[in-house]
Amino acid sequence: MIIDRRRFLTLSAASVSSAFLAACEANPKSAAKLLAFAEAKNQVLEESIFRHDRMDRVPASAKLAGKDFPKYYISKKVPTWDPSVRGVWRLEVSGAVRTPLSLTLDDLMKLPHITQKVDHFCVEGWNARATWTGVRMSDIARVAGMTADAHYVDFQSFDEDYHESWDMDSVMHPQTLIAYGMDGHLLGAAHGAPARLHSPIKLGYKCTKYLTKIVFLPQQNGGYWSDQGYEWYGGT
Amino acid sequence: MAELVKRTHWIVRLTHWVNVVAVVIMAGSGMRIFNAHPAFARPGESFPLNPLEGHPIPDWLTFGAWLGGARHWHFAMMWLLVANGLLYLGFIYLHGEWRDLVPRRGDARDSIEMIKFYLFVRRDHPHQGKHNALQKSAYFAMPIIAIIIVLSGIAIWKPVTLGFVTALFVNYKWARFVHFTAMVVLLLIAIVHVFMVFSVDPYALRSMTTGWYNRARSPELRNARPFYHLFGAGKSRAARAEAPKP
Repeated sequence: MIIDRRRFLTLSAASVSSAFLAACEANPKSAAKLLAFAEAKNQVLEESIFRHDRMDRVPASAKLAGKDFPKYYISKKVPTWDPSVRGVWRLEVSGAVRTPLSLTLDDLMKLPHITQKVDHFCVEGWNARATWTGVRMSDIARVAGMTADAHYVDFQSFDEDYHESWDMDSVMHPQTLIAYGMDGHLLGAAHGAPARLHSPIKLGYKCTKYLTKIVFLPQQNGGYWSDQGYEWYGGT
Repeated sequence: MAELVKRTHWIVRLTHWVNVVAVVIMAGSGMRIFNAHPAFARPGESFPLNPLEGHPIPDWLTFGAWLGGARHWHFAMMWLLVANGLLYLGFIYLHGEWRDLVPRRGDARDSIEMIKFYLFVRRDHPHQGKHNALQKSAYFAMPIIAIIIVLSGIAIWKPVTLGFVTALFVNYKWARFVHFTAMVVLLLIAIVHVFMVFSVDPYALRSMTTGWYNRARSPELRNARPFYHLFGAGKSRAARAEAPKP
């Protein structure tokens, strides 16, 4: 699964045969350049068509994935926060903000929250419906007093070194939540407890689970899967 | 006796071969992406319409080596496919070639006659214009299927930001199914097309590369079925009419 860009191009050549492919095999670097160029141009286009009033709408009657909602983390075992070892869990909000925050789960739950039934779009191709309860990222940005040089946000976790950074436009979308509830219950350990990032406007791998830190940044900071060759933007 | 005519405009020839490259890479990388989750059902649901639910496509048919790589190829090559398709459609619209492809009254009857001919029910090749009625249907259907593929592709790419496109296909799950199914139909037509070119009218390869076509070698004059009269004329009515009287 872990293959860098250069390697996947070389591997590409092993698949389908065509004259075009033979050319790519002879010169994989030019193909990598072409693909990187296309990704950059696609991102410019994707950012330009992005709108805060385009919402994911799931019919009220739609069935929830419930217990079938896929569970995923990169650690060998389900990452759990043990307060006896690591102290009280806190969500640190820092970086380009006037008021850095250090929120306990209670603090987080005291902030204005919403509940939304939305899709979760996985890069693999499936989508699953769940009801998420949490605080809008735009509210957290407001409470922390995001400064003018904040253009990206890095979402970090205690699931080993898993993190993903986002563009500010996507962060401020009204369906982007720091979720602590799922389907009417507190978030379970398999789904990112105590709190996770969730939004239908990004692919699943962008939505960091097991959150520990939200860092506002002037530059983007890559991400766990983005650094391994998946698109950094990953927008829906 | 060669009777050469310039049959295929260079824009049609160019877009045809660019399309071969674009479609092969799009289909190959698309199947690789599909293999990351080779099913249409959402987790916990079923999808009875697909009998092969959960079965991946053989690796040798795929392109891009892994999910991320295939996605990069797919999202780069889609622009070549769309630009090339628009050039082709714009050209045949402005230059009049669409008239060779657009369905006309009698095409259904002519298609049946062609099928009867291929099945040896009918002895003589039906009279045809530039293309026979079956070819016409295929070449008319392919751009329409391609448009469905592109639209359903946009629906999957941007199901929230361009959610109104996704809504054309009901929702994300059905857009994915349409995208995949339309690809399969397009590839099947393309496979039959390639088979017929080599087994019935290999002389069309010349017109699709240089533009020149030997009219004396047309399938109608050769009375050609797959692998029949590949190199010489059969005794079609047209051929008999042209043959010198003793």
